[in-house]
Amino acid sequence: MEPKSLQKRDILRKTLTYGFLTVWGIFVLFPFYWMVLTSVKSYGSYNAEYIPQLYTLHPTLQNYLDAFSAVPLLDYFVNTVIFTLATTALMLMVTVLAAFGFSRLQFKGRDLAFTAFLALMMIPTELVVITNFVTITNMDLRNTFAGLVLPSVTSVFYIYLLRENFSQIPNELYYAAKVDGTSDLKYLFKVMIPICRPTIVTVTILKVIECWNSYIWPRLITDDQAYFLVSNGIQEIRENGFGRENIPAMMAAVVVISVPLIVLFLCFRKRIMAGVSRGGVKG
Amino acid sequence: MNVTLQNLTKTFPGRGKQKNNDVIAVNDFTFEIPDGKLVGLLGPSGCGKSTMLNLLSGLLTPTAGKIFFGEEEVTNQPPQNRGVGLVFQNYALYPHLTVMQNITFPLENLKGKDKLTKAQMREKALEAARLVQIDQLMDRKPSELSGGQQQRVAIARALVKMPRILLLDEPLSNLDARLRLQTREEIRRIQTQTGITTVFVTHDQEEAMSICDMIVVMRDGILQQIGQPQQVYDDPENLFVAKFLGTPPINTFDARVEAGKLYIGEEAVLELPDAETGPVIAAIRPEGFVPSPLGSFTCQLQRIEVMGRDTSVVCSHPAFTGETFRAIIDSDEICQISAEARFSLKENKVYLFRPDTGDRIRF
Amino acid sequence: MEQNNRKGWLYLLPAMVFLGVFMVYPLIDVLVYSFEEGYNFASQTYYGTGTYNYAYVLRDPYFLQALKNTFILVAITVPLSTGIALLISVALSSIKKLRELYQTVFFLPYVTNTLAVGLVFMILFKQTPYTDGLANLILGWFGISPIDFIDGPYWAKMFVLCFYTIWVVMPFKVLILTSALASVKQDYYNAAMVDGTPRFRMFTRITLPMISPTLFYLIITGFIGAFKAYSDAVALFGTNLNAAEMNTIVGYIYDMLYGNSGGYPSYAAAAAIILFAIVLTITCINLLVSKKHVHYA
Repeated sequence: MEPKSLQKRDILRKTLTYGFLTVWGIFVLFPFYWMVLTSVKSYGSYNAEYIPQLYTLHPTLQNYLDAFSAVPLLDYFVNTVIFTLATTALMLMVTVLAAFGFSRLQFKGRDLAFTAFLALMMIPTELVVITNFVTITNMDLRNTFAGLVLPSVTSVFYIYLLRENFSQIPNELYYAAKVDGTSDLKYLFKVMIPICRPTIVTVTILKVIECWNSYIWPRLITDDQAYFLVSNGIQEIRENGFGRENIPAMMAAVVVISVPLIVLFLCFRKRIMAGVSRGGVKG
Repeated sequence: MNVTLQNLTKTFPGRGKQKNNDVIAVNDFTFEIPDGKLVGLLGPSGCGKSTMLNLLSGLLTPTAGKIFFGEEEVTNQPPQNRGVGLVFQNYALYPHLTVMQNITFPLENLKGKDKLTKAQMREKALEAARLVQIDQLMDRKPSELSGGQQQRVAIARALVKMPRILLLDEPLSNLDARLRLQTREEIRRIQTQTGITTVFVTHDQEEAMSICDMIVVMRDGILQQIGQPQQVYDDPENLFVAKFLGTPPINTFDARVEAGKLYIGEEAVLELPDAETGPVIAAIRPEGFVPSPLGSFTCQLQRIEVMGRDTSVVCSHPAFTGETFRAIIDSDEICQISAEARFSLKENKVYLFRPDTGDRIRF
Repeated sequence: MEQNNRKGWLYLLPAMVFLGVFMVYPLIDVLVYSFEEGYNFASQTYYGTGTYNYAYVLRDPYFLQALKNTFILVAITVPLSTGIALLISVALSSIKKLRELYQTVFFLPYVTNTLAVGLVFMILFKQTPYTDGLANLILGWFGISPIDFIDGPYWAKMFVLCFYTIWVVMPFKVLILTSALASVKQDYYNAAMVDGTPRFRMFTRITLPMISPTLFYLIITGFIGAFKAYSDAVALFGTNLNAAEMNTIVGYIYDMLYGNSGGYPSYAAAAAIILFAIVLTITCINLLVSKKHVHYA
């Protein structure tokens, strides 16, 4: 084949590749564009558009004011923040301690216990949610933060991830600390956690995403609006909020609850993607 | 501080196939390390020397026997109460801490009346750093240091709390050849300067011989011989010690004693009037061969390797236990060698061992 | 180095308590529930044991509808999303400029709230008296008359559900496949290039076998994930999925447990165990198939 026609083919292939990727990029981004666009259209002008307009010349922030005043969006927001912080903090404590036990300490039955933990990874949430619902109900914890938080505190997968990371730290570091009279707990906090900070940050972010988006358990366990999280809130808004269907205001609420995670993602892009590709699964 | 071991024994439970057989890593050790000496624990890998070190540090507790530091028994004391400094083979520096923070780390654990202020810690750390000549590097992270520098940091960290005993686990094995030579002199200098009783583990006999006041040769958990390096080299108790010390290694021949003479092959090479008749293993140091046209020991020359001051003569002999053996001779004597090389032997460089047990046969 | 029994277990204690109460106990309990007939939530009594709950669930038209929906969803979205993800990843791996930008954009749906973005899809597809919606506008360009995708015919609703599901699951698959492609050593390609191997052959003979374990992992997790679909449907069609004929098995479980038709944990338990059995069976079949076709390095 002539070098010139080879070159031509190469350019054609490149153009097609970029074209394809760009089309997919638009497909991914379009819903985000549409939600922001709709959220800045006024109620009147949105409903007047029989043919949807792809841009607006008169953006308004009125919908955002409505979203915060007509429905308790701020309360949902605060609830979600409390829920996310509490769950993540407790989860970190529980998983770090367990991972430390599994990776650093020697005791009878350790490996058996670890295998049992791993086996639990295969259990789907749908199977245990029924009993948990009954348990929490019987403990009178419906519509409380405790009821929301407690069942999602432990994650076998994160224990596994942390243990793998902890195990990579050479044993000598531990013995060196032992000779210097460092206690186990102090070793954990002053040596292991700082060394494994990247993994711990990754785990934290993944858990925050999970908490922020959780819907099913909060829906089961709360029917009092005062304890709704954003997911339940948005569903409530969709079904009963804003009187008549006020789609621009609804979109404003959607923007508000989506922004924190998108900002978090853009800040920790590399870490999140690395963490997910190491085995995070959506939901 | 002198260290005394009494019948020290450590066994580990067997694993896998040998589940029922305990592994004896250290078997009934009794000896004393005099105050202020540098002692080398020497042996091939798996001989229990690291276990020995961990028993001294307190990371392991012995199955039986006692350990004394001076008059005080420390057998069951945890590491932090023993006042030992430990330097690991891979240095075990904390990667997230600076050199300064690494060195002050042990001091932060001191409690009660020993507790130090931040300034005191810095002062002590600097002092230790100056001793190992890394006081210019205090703000760096371990990953920014060379292997030799990391080694020094590890030693400074072990020295900073003024240990009674300093323990070094294969301190030179991760360094390149040139640095190894330099560092071992450095270790000797630091040890002499501080006067701390120091025990170091190595599988490299040259390393141990060159700087130690005393070496302890171990094999399979069993103590083989203790003594000053030269004394152990000159007067090995058994075949293992003889083979383990010296480069190039000692040459061993299947031989026999008959009528007061040592026979290698058909030749009588030495007069041994008091030796018992019977088969023996004759071990001859490479420097024990003297080229001489009238020598009693004849072998086939394979090649000559010139090494400057010395020359190594590679020969073969039917009674030799391997393929070829080496004799080290003065470069001046090279003209004496022909295709059929003849040597006379230095009597004090020839050792006889029992073929079955490897024990030394004195003559 | 030394054994440290009590302390070791102490560190595990919190995790064990939480897992015990919220995972191990429920696992046993759900089996018990599923065989207890006529369990009453309020009085916590039941009047018999047996397989009645299973029989009831399997005859319940709502469950059968959910089963059908879930199977259609799985059958459409798993192959389609995996295929498109493979195409995108290969395209991504072949470019250098702007690659990070594309990767970031493609991953965005992963971090968004399924419920929230589902609302956007709903308004894009919904037909109201005031507007036909953007989707219908585009269809109109091709001369297709407007359809209500949200409250209209069954196939239209199923189409939107599949469409949204693919949009949601794509980031994960693209990310995993892209990193798998990146881990194929350049040496193999260089060797093939020297032999004058055409590009397509390189892809089928080198790339595909090398990433086949990852591909297979994605197919398994894709099956499991799609069988558990629920939030996406809620986002598009609201919480009353039975009325919309768009319920899924998981949706059926939750509806039985709680909500307007709720209060029957026994039925929910039976349905959950049926779901688990289906997922397990499919995974096993997958594993068997993969033994033949997946190349493990």
